[in-house]
Amino acid sequence: MSTVFTPSAGAAALGLSILAGSVPASAQVADSITIYNAQHEGLTKEWVEAFTEETGIVVTVRNGSDLEFANQIVQEGANSPADVLLTENSPAMALVDGKGLFEQVDQATLDQVPEGFRPGNGHWVGIAARSTVFAYDRTKLSEDKLPKSMLDLAKPEWKGRWAASPSGADFQAIVGALLQLKGEQATGEWLKGMKENFTAYRGNSTAMKAVNAGQTEGALIYHYYYFGDQAKTGENSKNVALHYFKNQDPGAFVSISGGGVLASSKHKGQAQAFLKWVTGKGGQTVLRDGTSFEYAVGKGEASNKALVPLADLQAPKVEPSALNNAKVTDLMTAAGLL
Amino acid sequence: MTSIADTRITAAPRRRLQAAASWTLTIAFALAMLALLPLGFVLWATVETGWATAFQLIFRARVGDLMVNTILLVAFTVPICTVLAVSLAWLTERTDLPGARLWSWLSVAPLAVPAFVHSYAWIGMWPSLNGLFAGVVISVVAYFPFLYLPVSAAFRLLDPALEDQAASLGLAPPAVFRRVVLPQLRLALCGGALLIGLHLLSEYGLYAMIRFDTFTTAIIDQFQSTYNGVAAHMLALVLVACCFVLLGLEAGLRGRSRYARLGSGAARRPKITRLGKWTYPCLLLPIATAGFSLGIPTLTIGRWLVAGGAGVWRVDEVGLSLFQTLLICLVGGIATTAAAVPIAWLSVRRPTRGSRFLEGCYYLASSMPGVVVALALVTVTVRVMLPLYQTVATIVLAYMVMFLPRALVSLRASIAQVPVELEQAAASLGRSPGNALWSTTVRLAAPGAAAGVALASLGIMNELTATQMLAPNGTRTLAMAFFALTGEIDYAGAAPYALLMILFSMPLTWLLHYQSKKIAGR
Repeated sequence: MSTVFTPSAGAAALGLSILAGSVPASAQVADSITIYNAQHEGLTKEWVEAFTEETGIVVTVRNGSDLEFANQIVQEGANSPADVLLTENSPAMALVDGKGLFEQVDQATLDQVPEGFRPGNGHWVGIAARSTVFAYDRTKLSEDKLPKSMLDLAKPEWKGRWAASPSGADFQAIVGALLQLKGEQATGEWLKGMKENFTAYRGNSTAMKAVNAGQTEGALIYHYYYFGDQAKTGENSKNVALHYFKNQDPGAFVSISGGGVLASSKHKGQAQAFLKWVTGKGGQTVLRDGTSFEYAVGKGEASNKALVPLADLQAPKVEPSALNNAKVTDLMTAAGLL
Repeated sequence: MTSIADTRITAAPRRRLQAAASWTLTIAFALAMLALLPLGFVLWATVETGWATAFQLIFRARVGDLMVNTILLVAFTVPICTVLAVSLAWLTERTDLPGARLWSWLSVAPLAVPAFVHSYAWIGMWPSLNGLFAGVVISVVAYFPFLYLPVSAAFRLLDPALEDQAASLGLAPPAVFRRVVLPQLRLALCGGALLIGLHLLSEYGLYAMIRFDTFTTAIIDQFQSTYNGVAAHMLALVLVACCFVLLGLEAGLRGRSRYARLGSGAARRPKITRLGKWTYPCLLLPIATAGFSLGIPTLTIGRWLVAGGAGVWRVDEVGLSLFQTLLICLVGGIATTAAAVPIAWLSVRRPTRGSRFLEGCYYLASSMPGVVVALALVTVTVRVMLPLYQTVATIVLAYMVMFLPRALVSLRASIAQVPVELEQAAASLGRSPGNALWSTTVRLAAPGAAAGVALASLGIMNELTATQMLAPNGTRTLAMAFFALTGEIDYAGAAPYALLMILFSMPLTWLLHYQSKKIAGR
């Protein structure tokens, strides 16, 4: 009987091997790494292409989101196929680091990034940064009507007037900063007020698009969505302006995107080389000249000229390695946001 | 003496065929158990979570909201689809509507447009669409063909004698339709409605784009922030329970009445109703349906392709994505069809209570949402079957579980047309059982197998949720690329992917249409 199935099973096996061949698997090529990428696909693509061209190291990318990968790596443990983890925000890095799954980053790499943009233990390193903003409909709100602090958005006068993407890692990082700055009780109360006042969108781009379309007056998102859209057609941001809270307000939080080499990596040399490249001239130039509009964090590396300089943002001091996402998720679940 | 020898010669091949049958049953049984793995996983996860935690995670306000959304979505969408599909089927099959064949084809064609591309098209046209209303409207245009196909086939098969008798007993045409025609459509209506209901429960992309939360979108949200956390498992349990409710409802409503014609002879062709002055008003329905279900996607994709210009056709990316998609469709389609061979052969050649039970297992397994199948396979492979983690084998297994019935239906029809005597003759001429089957039934059933591969591939091409969660590192199918780009509101960049998915699905959808006509014998 088994012979009946042999031809089709054989064809399937053939197909499998063809497919395996078409997908560059790091295990097959010695000089290659696998990246779990939670950063914007476009940005990582720009990085990877330039890196491979310069070094000849082949890179396989799996795309996903911050905490999905952090938890995935924890489950995979010693068997993780990933060599490098890149995130948009720090909490996912803190989670993986908390389980002791990162390799110490090479000192030369750490030296390329100022102390404020990496954790003190050197287990991972900042690769880029983004600022919290209130993106508002400038046809509806004048500057004097804007919230003075992010905390104002939980007050009754903002009921039904603003948007956010609560299921995303970006927003959860902002809540993480609020938690670190103002404590558990204040954060819990703010989230309850938020639940009353805001409209949930899936993704920051979509939230900004809603502001532009007049569906809501403002959205609590990161800065680069606006600049990215302006650089393209501007069709989703033509009515939008950005409000920076400044004054060390929780809403002036600057979130650090992280990169780390996994302790389980079998290609540590290449993985370290990648981090060194991303935090060095090559990677930071991509941030300045590319389409991402995220801030460069390398020492002496300039960000895109269109952006408000990092130094002028008056961001509050937040310890990235202490951002506690588990607590944030609990508080958000308790407030009915998740 | 000679007679004994003769018996031996003829009995041996028969015994061997018998042995082959029991082997086939064993393989079919093993595959059915594999297909039921996701269901078993959900139960196991619940037990592992512990009742206290499970209770806490299931009975909370958020789950209540999701339940309300899900019930409203199904309660509005399915009846609207039913009315639309029955009207269209009646117009195209039983009236002299001009261009009936064209409208019939256009009522199936929306299946070539993946559900999330429908959503993309509608928000491209009306950016503020969101919530239940948008969910219902887009679901109707995306899924009504699942009802149109069986209902139009049933219309073709109805015996007009019953209707004539009802009329001769004094019933007016509307009453004939209500009391004689509709009851005969019951099987088609129940089957189609069930299929739509299951799609509503398992679809992700369509609802994610219009901010309508269902259990599936909530599971993905959880997956993206906790990977395979307990909360996701418990939402999966509730989702599976919803699927069972739908399956139970369908089984209850289907009933046990007899629908086949008694007595000799063949049924006449059904009577065609003359629309007369109603022709033009009636034409509005298929025109409006085609406009909403095909016109809107065409317009939006066309608009973005023009806006994006040549820049969006990055051949290296789009080309690689297309190549990977076609390859995984082919591999998945062939594997799914191969897995369907044992049960298809059994259900035709050795129909027993056991084979019917196994068939039921495959159907049950395939009615589990992709997100549940993927969640189960991710957890099982990462925890206990690590060599299979993130491999093609795992994702192909997921496709097998999800799409096996599609291949089974095609295969069974064509195996049934091969005379069993050919197998026996080949066996008595000394071929081994496997060889005997291969050289007769399997070869002659090849067209059915090809159709099975095509229909499974159609499902795989437009599959997003499970593919995203299970794909090997570096894979980027058309659906994955499309969804990633729309997430960054790069609608122009996503347009080529949408176009390619539709172009490659069109011939497969045509096959579906053709097959439904063939089953009805026309």
